[in-house]
Amino acid sequence: MTRYFTKEHEWIQVDGDTATVGITDFAQESLGDITFVELPEAGRAVTAGEAVAVVESVKAASDVYAPLAGTIAEGNAALDAEPELVNTAAETDGWLFKLTLTDAAALGDLLDEAAYKAYIAEL
Amino acid sequence: MRYLPLTPADRTAMLASVGAGTIDDLFADVPADALLSGPVEGLAPHASEMAVERHMARLAGKNLSAGAAPFFLGAGAYKHHIPASVDHLIQRGEFLTAYTPYQPEIAQGTLQVLFEFQTQVARLFGVDVANASMYDGSTACWEAIAMAGRVTRRKKAVLSGGLHPHYVGTAETMAKFTGDVIEARSPVLSAQPDDAEVIAAIDDQTGAVVVQYPDILGRIPDLAAIAAAAHAKGALLVVVVTEPVALGLIEAPGHLGADIVVGEGQSLGVGLNFGGPYLGLFGASEKFLRQMPGRLCGETVDAEGKRGFVLTLSTREQHIRREKATSNICTNAGLCALAFSIHMSLLGGEGLRQLAAVNHDRARQTAERLAQIPGVTVLNDVFVNEFTVVLPADAREAVRSLADKGVLGGVALGRLYPQDKALHAGLLVTATECTTDDDIETLALTLADVLKKGA
Repeated sequence: MTRYFTKEHEWIQVDGDTATVGITDFAQESLGDITFVELPEAGRAVTAGEAVAVVESVKAASDVYAPLAGTIAEGNAALDAEPELVNTAAETDGWLFKLTLTDAAALGDLLDEAAYKAYIAEL
Repeated sequence: MRYLPLTPADRTAMLASVGAGTIDDLFADVPADALLSGPVEGLAPHASEMAVERHMARLAGKNLSAGAAPFFLGAGAYKHHIPASVDHLIQRGEFLTAYTPYQPEIAQGTLQVLFEFQTQVARLFGVDVANASMYDGSTACWEAIAMAGRVTRRKKAVLSGGLHPHYVGTAETMAKFTGDVIEARSPVLSAQPDDAEVIAAIDDQTGAVVVQYPDILGRIPDLAAIAAAAHAKGALLVVVVTEPVALGLIEAPGHLGADIVVGEGQSLGVGLNFGGPYLGLFGASEKFLRQMPGRLCGETVDAEGKRGFVLTLSTREQHIRREKATSNICTNAGLCALAFSIHMSLLGGEGLRQLAAVNHDRARQTAERLAQIPGVTVLNDVFVNEFTVVLPADAREAVRSLADKGVLGGVALGRLYPQDKALHAGLLVTATECTTDDDIETLALTLADVLKKGA
């Protein structure tokens, strides 16, 4: 299993043809207290770069994009009752949705951990 | 300090930046025949204040005002009695605040009024949540269509033929810019609303099904059946109420399966006002709360634990979400909402039910009386305070003749549907608590006279 990142501050854990997507610790830190997460419904076909979820904090509401094309397998139901999981466990239990990838080999412009760290160091 | 306006060079630079040659190019959407090309004929270039006042008073004297004649007009704007206390209270200094009085630290009174208003609208419509109001009924209707599109991610709206044609027009205008597909139809002169046709038109691409209740001809569609059909295809049911007083008598749309309920609040507290400003009402199920447009006021507690009010869920709005906001509305019809709320508070739930019952009683009496006129048929089996009669000829001529005799007899359907000849015999008649026995008798006698002369 490899973990990838995007410049939109998402992390993607790819396991076979399933990708688990969340926002990075850096992103949750910047957003502040998260009050609501709007998740996509299972079965929705999405294209890479399409806005599929919204993370609302006390400061802002931010779109989360599908990093790769696929079909939504599930949203993280735990976030309905506990959106603050995205703050406390952004890169583990606070995942947002799982995506069944159309083409598991197409990892596009995803960054690896070192590249993402280098990217945020510049911000 | 002198106010220094823009230099011609500034203007040229700004026009160039948006790709316009002249200032007039910015108004290219205004139809040429609507533009004033020169001085108004018969209007003196200048006159003394006294002369202007006399002239204006003479012109105003030509009007036949709603309060000065037997009045049976409706079709989306209703003449109800507004208690004098409404106007007195809305003019209190505490309410006359600057624009956008939403800061919780200085505007608790205004915010509490909005909260009470929302509570009243939500209870009236039978929905979980209502916003702090929209511009008017037609724009609220469009916002509901757009909201249903966001929820369902579908771009097609099926509109009942019973939806007010001006509301249809507003939706079509907006859809020209958003790419939504508006499937509208004309009403048919029948006692039955077009429920079956609407249900048949709902398909897998339909995001919104829009039904007016009571409809433009005063009929009452079966919302529960339409809601079931809409939900079976994954569409939302939007119900439009142009006469909120009717809800004192018929079941709230939210209790019959409506997902979004919108309406025109003018009936309560606002008055006819020559067509505006009016008051858009907007409510929905709580599960769609985050897709709602407009301001929302919420109850909270302050640092000392005391009850207070704030605008809430602003992350939906334009000043935070920019182009992804649920709507570009960043305000509400505050004064009209206040008037609505005061009138509603004076009535109370029981008062609203009584008011609706009186309205219905007056309308029933009017319908029974008109049905006695040879050649006049009442179309509706069921109605609240507005119904359609069918005349032997174009109702526009009858309305004109009635007005000449000092009777405002109703809204001719030919005025609302000039292209649809099959509707031209239809006359929409409304009665309210303001309608007296004398008014009804005068209408009946004058109409009988007008029709006899026309035959």
